[in-house]
Amino acid sequence: MMSPPRLEMLGVRKRFGATIALDGVDFAVDPGSVHALVGENGAGKSTLMKILAGALKPDEGQLRLDGESFAPMNPLAGRRAGVAMIYQELSLCPHLSVEENILLGMEPTVAGWLKRGEIRARARDALQQLGHADISPKARAGTLSIAKQQLVEIGRAVAVGCRVLVLDEPTSSLTQADTQRLFQLVATLKNRGHAIVYISHFLEEVKQVADKLTVLRDGRSVGTRDVAGASISEIIGLMVGRQMEDLYPRSPRQPGEAILELDALAGKSKPRNASLQLRRGEVLGIAGLMGAGRTELLRTIFGLDAVRSGRVRVGTFIGNHSPTRRLREGVGMLSEDRKGEGLALNLSIADNMTMSNLAPLGPPGLVAPRRQDAAARKWIAPLAIKCRSPRQPIGQLSGGNQQKVAIARLLHHDVDVLLLDEPTRGIDVGSKAQIYRLIDELACAGKAVLMVSSYLPELLGTCDRVAVMCRGVLGPARDVEQLDAQQIMMEATGN
Amino acid sequence: MTKTSTPENPLPLEHRPPQTSNAIAPQTWIGWLNIFGSFLALLAIYAFFYFQAERFGDARTLETLMRQMTIVAIAAMGMTLIIVSGGIDLSVGSQLAVVAVAVALILKAGYNPWLAALGGIGAGAACGLINGLLITGLRVVPFIVTLGTLGIFRGVAKQLAHHQPVNAKPKGLENLTASLGDGQRWMLVPPGVWIMLIIVAATALMLRYSRFGRHVVAVGSNEQTARLCGVRVNRTKILVYTLAGALTGVAGIMLFSRLTQGDPTSAAGDELDIIAAVVIGGGSLSGGEGSPLGTLIGAAIMQIISAGGAHLGWENSSQEIITGVIIVIAVTLDRLRHRRAAASEG
Repeated sequence: MMSPPRLEMLGVRKRFGATIALDGVDFAVDPGSVHALVGENGAGKSTLMKILAGALKPDEGQLRLDGESFAPMNPLAGRRAGVAMIYQELSLCPHLSVEENILLGMEPTVAGWLKRGEIRARARDALQQLGHADISPKARAGTLSIAKQQLVEIGRAVAVGCRVLVLDEPTSSLTQADTQRLFQLVATLKNRGHAIVYISHFLEEVKQVADKLTVLRDGRSVGTRDVAGASISEIIGLMVGRQMEDLYPRSPRQPGEAILELDALAGKSKPRNASLQLRRGEVLGIAGLMGAGRTELLRTIFGLDAVRSGRVRVGTFIGNHSPTRRLREGVGMLSEDRKGEGLALNLSIADNMTMSNLAPLGPPGLVAPRRQDAAARKWIAPLAIKCRSPRQPIGQLSGGNQQKVAIARLLHHDVDVLLLDEPTRGIDVGSKAQIYRLIDELACAGKAVLMVSSYLPELLGTCDRVAVMCRGVLGPARDVEQLDAQQIMMEATGN
Repeated sequence: MTKTSTPENPLPLEHRPPQTSNAIAPQTWIGWLNIFGSFLALLAIYAFFYFQAERFGDARTLETLMRQMTIVAIAAMGMTLIIVSGGIDLSVGSQLAVVAVAVALILKAGYNPWLAALGGIGAGAACGLINGLLITGLRVVPFIVTLGTLGIFRGVAKQLAHHQPVNAKPKGLENLTASLGDGQRWMLVPPGVWIMLIIVAATALMLRYSRFGRHVVAVGSNEQTARLCGVRVNRTKILVYTLAGALTGVAGIMLFSRLTQGDPTSAAGDELDIIAAVVIGGGSLSGGEGSPLGTLIGAAIMQIISAGGAHLGWENSSQEIITGVIIVIAVTLDRLRHRRAAASEG
């Protein structure tokens, strides 16, 4: 008789309000194997892993560990049952030592006093199992490098005797040498019989480290393959294989003179090298994976992040300027983080919309609320922002309407260059369509739009040209007719 | 774009010589250096007054310094635990008043001083328990909760005392912080100072070597991780505040011992001195850091400035300014040190 898989997830469904995050996912991992989970941004990987960890409860579907039903109430219960998650952002107690971190919550004691010797021995044993006896158990966790902190976390998982180890983008902040050491370690753990779930955007890493892979697309598992028999282009085909929707109006546009020019721009860590020319009357898209440095590129142009080298030209202005000055030069940015950075959620629609440009709304130094409201009304109707009044707190609006207010701020400011970071993230289809139409109208009116998006059909549908960013380097911008999703994915994953 | 990894040729696991893990980890001696640094500051400030003020160095003055710092130093041990756990307690001054009044009332009712001391510690622990339960039960940040209980405890103290100091025979409690008589020289320092030193040592050992102590650090360092690892975060917090309340109880007994009456308006504003002692001693208000020994040094620094200033005839206002400046300097140095530590990790 075959033994059951270590971990089984069957028919898992999860919805948040109107959005369906997971729509029937099947996923199984055998002991002593590495199973990769791949998919585009937003395909549902992180929701699935949160369910596995016990941070979310599925609406439907079953989880089994070694054949037994598994329904963790919270992350602690999940961990106790033997599911250990290693996230991108590491979670150690930086003030505790390595050994204390490894045995946190299960310290051997005599009458409440720690048995230091045993703690050290067990920590050293766990590190030994990982083949990393070079990490001192006494070192303070916060002083270690990222790669070593990650090892300590894995050590903690090993010390509690985990059955399933989930590595979520484990190599995103590692150097090449550390990545190779991590792969060795994954192989060691696999040979010891651990079941490992490996999540990565980098398909060549997946080919190197995993035995099997499952592709998620739009909340569904669309295929499981043996890694040995699957080509990268087949995997990418599974990842992007959807029909282009006809949401994207694109009027014939006439690009004018170049208004924004980047010359070998480099930021502190990302972007590493970006050159491009953005012309009036065109929409230029930037594709790439999460962490490729797209957001950092926009922030560097807008002056929010420091420039290390290179040059930015906006119209006749040359140099690296502050956001205040950029706005005066006619450059506006829409943040990808609408709730955290883009909007002040407890302020009203009118306040949010006029925040960057209050000068015309009253005598010098004063703001007349009536004129502020009038300025806001000017955009509420054409953008079809659903609200009771311009004074309604923006936190009460839906995501789509909030996003329209955030874009209206750029319109109120009357900027010429719009830097849009994920303009349709987390909003409903209706609002998406309106925003696509708005982008088209703006381009036709001679504005220049630089748009970052993780959703390829959207880039292919709305942009005139698209450039691909990979690991901080921006590729050349090409006409959208010469590109398809498959090719962009290949370049974005570094192939 | 090409990837530079070469899967065929992975690096060997042990590509650097294993470091002997018996070597003293650098942060251990960095930690000692920090304590040593504050100790040097303490010596420098003491030396300043020693050379400026007459008779500042004799045994009597030293004894007085230590007698007078017991209240702040003992209460600051509890505050150290709270701050290491990532919390804060603004109500500690009011708690001191509650304890002093409670001790006076118990003595006045005719009970013996041991019972009065026990009652005082119990009153402090009850105040701490209330803080802990409110913070974890209501999920309100400690700053706000203890801002509220600052007023509540003060009002309770006043009502217990019927709005005037409670006079009671101290029955020996006054000797805790009284100057030693000629027949008691063998004790070296008054009993209250011994109690303070024992509490400092016990707090330091507990924080370093007990499971509870390490859980306090873990909660202050990264609460999410502590919870994920099975640390009972709420229970740890409630215990921290209760224990701190009990220590405030001991400090309140010292307060009664100094005043020999239960004054419900005493110790107002002391919370700032107590928090300042922790911060000067290296405590971080974002949690995870702080040491009882450092806090003791912090309390000593503030006591020396206030006593030395009085010796030199400085006005109270000048002392306040200098103490404030020292707090800002201590915190700035701390930040600089952290930034350097973060940079060297690179």
